[in-house]
Amino acid sequence: MDTVALLIIEVLNGISSLALTCAGLAIIFGMMRVINFAHGEFMMLGGYTTVVATNAGVNIWISMLILSPLVVGIIGILSERLIIRFFYGRMVDTLIATWGLSLLLIGIVTAIFGNYITGVSAPLGNFALGQYQLSVYRLVLIGLVALLFVGIYLVFTRTRLGLIARGTMQNPNQAAALGISPPRVYMVTFGIGAALTGLAGGLLAPISQIIPTVGFTYVAQAFITVITGGTGAVTGTIIASGIFGTVRQLVTYETTPIIGGVVLLIVAVVVLRLLPQGITGKIFRRSL
Amino acid sequence: MKLSRRSVLKGAGAGLGTAFAASLFPQVSKADDEIVIASLFDQSGGLDIYGTPMTMTCELAVEELNAAGGLNGKKIRLIKYDPQSNMQLYAQYAQEAALKEKVDLVHGAITSASREVIRPILSRYKTMLWYSVIYEGGVCDINNFVSGVGAQQWVKPAAEFGFKNRGKKAYYIGADYNAPQIIGKWLEKFSGDLGGTVLQRDHFPLDVTEFGPAIAKIQEAKPDWLATCLVGAAHMGFYRQWAAAGMLNKIPIVSSTFGVGNEHMQLTAEESNGIVSAQPYFQEIELPANKAFVARYHARYGSDAPYLNSVGIGGYLGTMLWAEGVKKAGTHERGPVMDALRSGDIAWDGPAGHMVVDPVTNHVIQDMHVAEVQNQTWNIFKSYSQLYPGDVIDRCDLTKTPDMNAHLEPIL
Repeated sequence: MDTVALLIIEVLNGISSLALTCAGLAIIFGMMRVINFAHGEFMMLGGYTTVVATNAGVNIWISMLILSPLVVGIIGILSERLIIRFFYGRMVDTLIATWGLSLLLIGIVTAIFGNYITGVSAPLGNFALGQYQLSVYRLVLIGLVALLFVGIYLVFTRTRLGLIARGTMQNPNQAAALGISPPRVYMVTFGIGAALTGLAGGLLAPISQIIPTVGFTYVAQAFITVITGGTGAVTGTIIASGIFGTVRQLVTYETTPIIGGVVLLIVAVVVLRLLPQGITGKIFRRSL
Repeated sequence: MKLSRRSVLKGAGAGLGTAFAASLFPQVSKADDEIVIASLFDQSGGLDIYGTPMTMTCELAVEELNAAGGLNGKKIRLIKYDPQSNMQLYAQYAQEAALKEKVDLVHGAITSASREVIRPILSRYKTMLWYSVIYEGGVCDINNFVSGVGAQQWVKPAAEFGFKNRGKKAYYIGADYNAPQIIGKWLEKFSGDLGGTVLQRDHFPLDVTEFGPAIAKIQEAKPDWLATCLVGAAHMGFYRQWAAAGMLNKIPIVSSTFGVGNEHMQLTAEESNGIVSAQPYFQEIELPANKAFVARYHARYGSDAPYLNSVGIGGYLGTMLWAEGVKKAGTHERGPVMDALRSGDIAWDGPAGHMVVDPVTNHVIQDMHVAEVQNQTWNIFKSYSQLYPGDVIDRCDLTKTPDMNAHLEPIL
């Protein structure tokens, strides 16, 4: 019984941390079609913001939930203005430009903070589930990620800002004809995506390692998940995270992490072979 | 000609590139009154966390030797190459050092992969190589001296401490490449000798960040202690998630790699207090020679210079041991220096204690220490004196088969 409960929690953990890693990319790549190779570095910057602020005496929740998204959102808007906006519609060029951005950010952070800093530990302690010990923070994280995706969904479907953003992504010329400035919409949307990525970096900081090059460990799984999810940024990401998180956690638990990783990739290949446009390219097509 | 912004930028880039390339390879011929050596440690890219301190300690060794009058009256000139965590550059710089600069020593490589790139090159061009990183063991090559411990030397103290003081049942987790695999096998071998068991060995690819299922499995297996050989940034997440689940005080950790990436300074005290690690070097070693060395290191590179762990110190140890060979030979020529180093008489007392070069394996007989993290510093509480580098002693005897040139895997 304990083991079943534990496994359910572990599966939810896996899904939530994967979905969190993908949230910003789902908007920047899923909606805007910008290949942001600096996604991992945006997460890294979010992590650094939380660590530096918390070590400087700021409350850890304020660092994670407010400062990380704020700082990375601003960096995202700056990157969009200075680099990304020149490459809209040119996917391969964007890939190279954002790769450069990723190397630049790693270099800057290394120059400022060196190769390592002392991180922050997870708040809230732990609890016993029968014979197992679990982290309270990870449970809270599951709830926060659920709230986050509900929030993104509501913003993009129920607010004027969301409507304008979706309309502009679909047809920028038509949006411009209706008096909306597409460059501003792109800038704001990219900023929101970056802020979400920063939030992810902040929230994952207490359970992961923060070094300048940590972004590499996130970027591949985030792209695989978002591509598998398809065009529906929220629904697709949640479904894909759900499938991958479940498969990876259960297979890893039953066998080894290596087989867990291999099975995850096999599932991704099979899904993309059957649904080349991603899950939401075929099912839930009208979803966000 | 149309002069666009792009063509100007391109031209400027090419010009800069040429100028840069020219400055990288200055035409300096080797003077007769100097000994030239090369260091080949990654100072940029993913491995610079190891390569930068190694370059610093290698440089410090050269400066100290020169300040003491050089070797046999000749000053040493150090050429510092930066292979940038890139195997092609390792090959390129090793050739350049051997053929163009005609160096007397290449001190380099961090990963075994990079060592196996340069080892055959330097062996072919008869240029001595010192490899000074703790590793999985098994190099058997007369041209290649190794000051780092091999897995057998490295794991023995951790295994002895764990099985004698923590309990008979261990659970092993490590990264997924040959060093942690071989270390896991040694742990199993020692567990048999010590009357313990290794319940399970789990290996994780280097990019795994999510350790929930692993922690669940360990809790289920209920070992007396956990042996870890995790490597790299992603794996640091294990220790965070382990502490977050409240496991730090439930199942003690005895590690072979904890501290090698300065993990003890990146984790907070409440995440790391009580973790035990066994290493050939800690900056906290209480020897007068070490205290003086650490003081000189900070005087040279500032009080905020990186913590020197068992990898970072390698640049110093390897260079100094080679220098002992040059002093004994009375020349810096490869043949006599190799004979001197392999005479069995090279013993040197440095920051890591007494070190003896073993002619059978070309490795170093040295001490190991077991230490516990408390508030981000190491408390050494047990030392193992003069462990023999016998990883592949069943097949490697360079005194009998000096032509052997291989990287052997121990049969376990």
